[in-house]
Amino acid sequence: MSVPILQLDNVSYTYEEARRPALDGVSLTLQAGDFVAVLGHNGSGKSTLAKCLNAILRPTAGRVLVDGMDTADPSRLLDIRRTVGMVFQNPDNQIVASVVEDDVAFAPENLGVEPREIRVRVDEALRQVGMYEFRLHAPHLLSGGQKQRIAIAGVLAMRPRCIVLDEPTAMLDPVGRREVLSAVRQLRRSSGMTVVLITHHMEECIYADRLIVMSEGRIAMDGSPRAVFSQVEALRALGLTAPETVSLLHSLRAEGWDLPLDALRVEDCAEAIAAYLRRPRGTDTDLE
Amino acid sequence: MLKDITLGQYFPGDTLIHRLDPRTKLIWLVGYITALFLATNVWGYVLMLAVLVLEAALGHIRPKTLLSGLKPLIFIVIFTAVINLFYGSGEALWEWWIFRITADGIRRAVFMASRIMLLICGSFLLTYTTSPLQLTDGLERLLGPLKKLRVPVSELAMMMSIALRFIPTLIEETDKIMSAQKARGASFDTGKLTERARALVPLLIPLFVSAFRRADELATAMECRCYHTGGARTRMKQLVFARRDVVALLVLAVLVAVAIVLRHVGV
Amino acid sequence: MPILETRALSHVYSQGTPFEKTAVHDISLAVEEGELVGVIGHTGSGKSTFIQHLNGLLKPSAGQVLFRGQDIHADKAALRAVRFGVGLVFQYPEYQLFEETVFRDIAFGPKNMGLDEAEIRERVYEAASFVGVGDGLMETSPLELSGGQKRRVAIAGVIAMRPRVLILDEPTAGLDPAGRESILGNISAFQRSTGAAVLLISHSMDDIARFARRLVVFHEGRLVMDDSPARVFDRADELKEMGLTVPMATEIALALRRRGVQLPESVYTVKYLKKLLLERRGEARPC
Repeated sequence: MSVPILQLDNVSYTYEEARRPALDGVSLTLQAGDFVAVLGHNGSGKSTLAKCLNAILRPTAGRVLVDGMDTADPSRLLDIRRTVGMVFQNPDNQIVASVVEDDVAFAPENLGVEPREIRVRVDEALRQVGMYEFRLHAPHLLSGGQKQRIAIAGVLAMRPRCIVLDEPTAMLDPVGRREVLSAVRQLRRSSGMTVVLITHHMEECIYADRLIVMSEGRIAMDGSPRAVFSQVEALRALGLTAPETVSLLHSLRAEGWDLPLDALRVEDCAEAIAAYLRRPRGTDTDLE
Repeated sequence: MLKDITLGQYFPGDTLIHRLDPRTKLIWLVGYITALFLATNVWGYVLMLAVLVLEAALGHIRPKTLLSGLKPLIFIVIFTAVINLFYGSGEALWEWWIFRITADGIRRAVFMASRIMLLICGSFLLTYTTSPLQLTDGLERLLGPLKKLRVPVSELAMMMSIALRFIPTLIEETDKIMSAQKARGASFDTGKLTERARALVPLLIPLFVSAFRRADELATAMECRCYHTGGARTRMKQLVFARRDVVALLVLAVLVAVAIVLRHVGV
Repeated sequence: MPILETRALSHVYSQGTPFEKTAVHDISLAVEEGELVGVIGHTGSGKSTFIQHLNGLLKPSAGQVLFRGQDIHADKAALRAVRFGVGLVFQYPEYQLFEETVFRDIAFGPKNMGLDEAEIRERVYEAASFVGVGDGLMETSPLELSGGQKRRVAIAGVIAMRPRVLILDEPTAGLDPAGRESILGNISAFQRSTGAAVLLISHSMDDIARFARRLVVFHEGRLVMDDSPARVFDRADELKEMGLTVPMATEIALALRRRGVQLPESVYTVKYLKKLLLERRGEARPC
């Protein structure tokens, strides 16, 4: 098997003056091409985890390998950063330039890429997030969703192998959230890039291949979104709720209905219920 | 409203003035200011005004926009005019205590006010038609030789472009915080001077806290995009000196020459 | 008499310039004491401009705002009193915190009202308890608190003025589900125990559906719907056309109806949907 794109061995991180570690012995392996969602409360350690993935923070114990490079090795810093791109919560605070295309060009300029090559990368990155027509606009006049897509393009212009999005939709309205998520999914489809999506919105995890639930600095659950969300009680114990689709299925099951718990999307959920209602009575499992 | 301040704002466009190399425009501004200080009589000022109007027309900048830029600085203009008013020599037209107004004083006041207004408008024409990034890029290249003297020109240019980028963001933020404090009964426009100064505390503290938070997040984001000092940065947009830049600089040379000649023409 | 009312309110930005833009147009809305009204509309629909008129931060270009039946702009001196009677909590209110201690920050509003020490003290503690800020935090610096706690302190700063109308712009933005739930619970408790009117702006239809008894919908500067949640969410297609979402339960109900499951239109909570489904199953069964 090839070298994993991200490998965490027993990683811990304790902030200065903190009593408890924010990250407490996390081990995790991500292969190139994975789409992983990380879910957890504020303070669960999910953002600290994100910051360890491209050496913004260096673990206080354990180690993080990015494509085989140890994030504790300062000589590999630029290679690590260009391999794992990072998008943050507040789009305003990550846009550097006053014109969209100049902002997207920022990272390749820092890397000393040839001017003509930068142009190619900038145009490509802007097209990937559907913002090419806005290349000459001033970022502060755009909507939150548009600004966040520009931040994503700014990372894509480095041609990273992995992109980590740290709560990219937390400050956006529903329209902006949809824009950003569909840009991420589009990116997955077209490039097969490794994506780590950190969020506290259940519904945003549905499209991931793998869902990791963080709690108190540790990995509490790890599996496919279907598998994780069908553990309604375990989620509740962590103070999280399953998506409303699963909640409904779960509460109907409590009434004796024979329904699957892993129909996460609205259409799947409705289909499961409709199919159940169509079934003749005899096949029912409840025997009232 | 604070949002109405146009100080240093860029109006995107595709006119001849917009297309000029920022280095040309910077040199032009320096040349224009030089010519302005060479002007000592009416003809000189008429010429400088005509040049300014022409530039504004070529850059599709409305006179109203240009004048609105003066608004926040009008105090400086009036102050200078008043000071000069009392500094003239010759026969007094009006006299009271130590104040003396002469024909020469009036002339000086009008000229100084015109000079400052033309200077401000000329500078604004530059920022209105040049994107902050181009502007800093131009400055960085022009000041490039200073790097040899260990002046961190690139870093300074980066700081300047970031400051410009965050002006609209921070103005918007100031507006928001002011509204929020007004909603809690704060008033910023009544009371004595000391009270007003104290009333600014609920505005300034949150603004600084927020600016520091933004700076912190921005620094992290920039590092994540491989910003590092000392490395060789490249630029997507290369500055190219075109034929129009050569023409513009020739015109500038003529302008300065004419300004010198006009000095010796009587009023 | 409604506690707060707007009559044909319009607001035009940059009037008389080429940038002239009508932000809100001809809005008449009356809010009674004790009501909890949900305000919906996507970014740029005019709802934020509208609410800034309700405590006089913005002056209408046309029309009136009435608080307790009085035009708030009739008397300039009285306008400040309106600010105290109509409390407005902006988006991300934690950015307005500035005092050295939590206590002093919450006390800023009451102090501006010119109340005496004892009264201020009483109100600060009362407001803090409404939003679940413990007495132990009173002497800490607001800057040391967590994001969710800062938000609570900021809301308490407005509640401490004992407003008769409390307006909150996205009070749960950026919070995790647990934080959202608890702040909405606090607001609802404040409304029940003080009898104040509450206007709650939110993008989360699921939150709005659970807490509001009346919804108003803004679209392109106009008030396009003003009805019960059931009747508003009945018009799911129209809402979606305006770029708005509907509660997940409504989505599921719509998907079920497309599959031939007969359900009444107005479904907007999971609890109610479950009840309807159980009833249907009951009917389908031969007795």
